[in-house]
Amino acid sequence: MIPGISIYEILTITSILFFIGVYGFITRKNLISILISVELILNASVINFVIINKYLYPDMLQGVLFSLFIIAVAAAETALAVSIIIGLYRQISSVEVKDVETMKY
Amino acid sequence: MNFSYIILIPLIPLVVFLLLGIFNQRIKPAVSGYVGVLGLLTSTLLSFYTAYQYFFVYGKANGVYQTFVEKTVWMNFTETLAIDMGVLVDPISVMMLIVVSIVSLMVHIYSRGYMKGDDGYTKFFAFLSLFSFSMYGLVLATNLFQIYIFWELVGVSSYLLIGYYYTKPSAVSAAKKAFIVTRFADLGFLIGILIVGYYTGTYDFEMLNNPEGNAILNWASTSFMGLSVLTWALILIFIGGAGKSAMFPLHIWLPDAMEGPTPVSALIHAATMVVAGVFLVARLFPMYYFVENGFALNIVAYVGAFSALFAAIIAVTQTDIKRVLAFSTMSQLGYMMLALGVSGYDGHEGLGYMASMFHLFAHAMFKALLFLCAGSVIHAVHSNYLKDMGGLRKYMPITNITFLIAALAIAGVPPFAGFFSKDEILVAAFEHNKLIYFVGVFVAGLTAFYMFRIYFGIFWGKETKYEHKPHESPISMTFPLMVLALLSIVGGFIPFSKFVTADKAGFEAHLNYPLAAVAVGVGLLGIGLAWAFYKNENNLADKMVNFFGPFYKWTSDKFYFDEIYLFITKKILFNRVSAPIAKFDKKYVDGTMVGIGNKTVWTSEKIKSLQSGKVQDYAFAFIAGVVVLVLVFIYMWTN
Repeated sequence: MIPGISIYEILTITSILFFIGVYGFITRKNLISILISVELILNASVINFVIINKYLYPDMLQGVLFSLFIIAVAAAETALAVSIIIGLYRQISSVEVKDVETMKY
Repeated sequence: MNFSYIILIPLIPLVVFLLLGIFNQRIKPAVSGYVGVLGLLTSTLLSFYTAYQYFFVYGKANGVYQTFVEKTVWMNFTETLAIDMGVLVDPISVMMLIVVSIVSLMVHIYSRGYMKGDDGYTKFFAFLSLFSFSMYGLVLATNLFQIYIFWELVGVSSYLLIGYYYTKPSAVSAAKKAFIVTRFADLGFLIGILIVGYYTGTYDFEMLNNPEGNAILNWASTSFMGLSVLTWALILIFIGGAGKSAMFPLHIWLPDAMEGPTPVSALIHAATMVVAGVFLVARLFPMYYFVENGFALNIVAYVGAFSALFAAIIAVTQTDIKRVLAFSTMSQLGYMMLALGVSGYDGHEGLGYMASMFHLFAHAMFKALLFLCAGSVIHAVHSNYLKDMGGLRKYMPITNITFLIAALAIAGVPPFAGFFSKDEILVAAFEHNKLIYFVGVFVAGLTAFYMFRIYFGIFWGKETKYEHKPHESPISMTFPLMVLALLSIVGGFIPFSKFVTADKAGFEAHLNYPLAAVAVGVGLLGIGLAWAFYKNENNLADKMVNFFGPFYKWTSDKFYFDEIYLFITKKILFNRVSAPIAKFDKKYVDGTMVGIGNKTVWTSEKIKSLQSGKVQDYAFAFIAGVVVLVLVFIYMWTN
């Protein structure tokens, strides 16, 4: 519970964060930027977990624990993604999306 | 009465065919020859056993030879209309078994010598066995459809054997010609079969041929263009028979078929397959006789008579001995057809039928003999042409004597086989139709003349300079000649009228001495003329050629029938009918399909950029979809 701030305001902020992530994911040309956008989406949902836990079920901890899981998974995922991007860079000397289109039709 | 073992007669050659065909390369030629001969020998012995059992052990019941049928239903359409597979034993099928067996066995033995050293030796015997199987199946057929199946099978084996020397373009085109012409005729046969099936409701020979049966009694029930439909069907079936038996105007394939090895000509194109047409008419004889009072039978008679005359005239001018024999075969087949055509049904009225079958039997023997002799001569001098032969009697005594016997038999000189059968035919013709009788007598004279023309040309006359000294053929070739010569001598004394008659009852046939004297006289006249022209070298023949002038040219060019057919097919059918249809097919039918294909390719080319391969595009599509769904749900919930 944070005095003076209702759940709606916080949910609005996380929604904005989420859609910024989506927008970044769709429009960025750089693989690193896309990865950052994915992190934004994840973090928006993590905040949601914590906030909803705090406001709706203050005497429970599942939401908080879940957010810890997500942070751990996100760290692993980021490590994997960055290693893929580095491998890709070694192959084609570029991290631009437009250069990675071997799977096209 | 158990005749089920008869099924072995066609099956043994089939097994031999499969053995030789499958293990073609792995069998030594010597072995395959023995296998072929042994297989056929077994069938021959069984055929003789069958004939003995049928005519002498079971004999007649109620004064009539019974018909035995062993069959299984193979495919049935209605209660009565069914296609069966089986064997039918009656006098003509037993007689045909004997004819096919004897000639085929002799040809098998002869081929062991004639084909020696040939590359396709095993293949040749495999094809001969296939032919024997098909021919046995044909003569034993119990119904129209079975006979049609085997009819096509003999056509195929004939095609394979004519085209045996497949590296020779002329042999290949002759094989195609034979197949296409007979196949064209068989179209008529097939339509005839379908009409019979539709209007009588049965294919079974016993039901069709029963004079008191529905098929014959109700012939007048349906008519088409002034004739009973059954008459049309019989005419169409006769077209099929005319194609196989080389009747005018479907005869053009037979002379070309001589491109095959000579034993094949003897077996298929002289003695067995070409009589299939005669056999077919004989098999359906009660129908031909009773339906529309024998209208179709009259057509058979006139076509037969015309073919006999036409072929005999052409045979006089040919210089290739195998072609002379081919036209002679056509002429004699015409004889058999005209004999059937003038025949009645009961007792002595059925003389023509019996004479036709008798002539078929005798002709098979002496014509096979003539061809095998010709093969022996060709083997010795390596040429088909009369100009390369002459004075061979000193080198080939056995061939000389046997050829002489066969020539005397075909010329109708007593006491050889041809005399008796030809005499019966002429008597039957004399009693029923004088015009056909005179044609028959004239043809008899011509036959004697052209046959002795080639006899004197080959064995007498001026001696040609041979590169190698000709020699008599080996025993494997002369043995069949002697056997067939013996049969050509004694064959005439078989009392055929007791065994093979239209009503199956048999009658006493007597020689009609005045008519026999006329026939023999005409025959001797022909022989005498040939003697005067060709025995020693002189210019009488050239004088005759000059006397006839253009007519001789027409005749030696076979009245340009090949050219007429080529004109009709190439110029008219190909250019005027087939070419426009082909164009239509290519442009519109094919074009539609190609167009559909092209449009599909064009469309996919246009829309393939949707699959960009960029994850972001897919993510955008996915999120857009989610947004749309969310909006839809919100809209639904708020209402």
